[in-house]
Amino acid sequence: MGGTGRGIIALSGGNNQKSARAAGRREAESMIDQSATARREVAVQEEDTALDEARLRQQAIGVKLRQMFDQVVNEPVPDEFLEILRRADQRSAARKV
Amino acid sequence: MGTRSAVGGAGENDEEFRRELVVLIPHLRAFARTLCGDPAAADDLAQDAMLKAWDARASFQLGTNMKAWTFMILRNQFYSEKRRSWRQSQLDQEAAERTLVAADDPEAPVALDELRLALRSLPDEQREALVLVGAGGFAYEEAAEICGCAVGTVKSRVSRARRALQAALEAGSYERDGAPAGEAMGSILADAERLSGAR
Repeated sequence: MGGTGRGIIALSGGNNQKSARAAGRREAESMIDQSATARREVAVQEEDTALDEARLRQQAIGVKLRQMFDQVVNEPVPDEFLEILRRADQRSAARKV
Repeated sequence: MGTRSAVGGAGENDEEFRRELVVLIPHLRAFARTLCGDPAAADDLAQDAMLKAWDARASFQLGTNMKAWTFMILRNQFYSEKRRSWRQSQLDQEAAERTLVAADDPEAPVALDELRLALRSLPDEQREALVLVGAGGFAYEEAAEICGCAVGTVKSRVSRARRALQAALEAGSYERDGAPAGEAMGSILADAERLSGAR
């Protein structure tokens, strides 16, 4: 790939050589740009994949966390709780009377 | 309960308050369980918080977020008890660590045990922030109010907690029945996939 630019420079002579060199440089630069862009895209894709994987893991942890919490929420409430509240209610009613 | 209506206006408010408080009991128990670990100590804490909320009902404005208000009471109760008797809380912690594995339903999915253990390894403030936002259904703003800190603080605690939890689950850095926890993350991923259907 890099040889194309040099080829143009070698074939052209005199005044053309300068502009041909510039053209070759531009071409080479654009190729470097392209390969840099391609490298960036690959890096971004890899990063996305890693992010997706991390997101997936965090989602999975979130699901388990809610499941753990909801498991207790869904347990039947021990009678003790309502009994304690009933006694407190009666105490405050007795104070008012 | 029929006698309560005879008390009049205040009685009706009390009755409504009581009804709402009863609805919140399961949530208070769940939050207490994440703070204490030990189920018996957690229920004691939830009962204390419930009674405190009942006694303070005059200061609660009906129509505002009662869940956040009761969670705040429970949390304050937890930390004031912890401060009052540091030694006792150490014992509670040890008991919690013992019962976490022992008291668990042997039929329960392994992944839940792993998560519970990993959650215990987090600092209190990270654990509570993550539980409030990640499981309790609170917005960051509400969690900040419950914890008495800035919204940004809650956000950073939650994200640190998430990272630490994932790292702990992947590394299996805690032990289970004397053996390394191993594939905790794997079983959690598999379980989550099963729960959410084919992905």
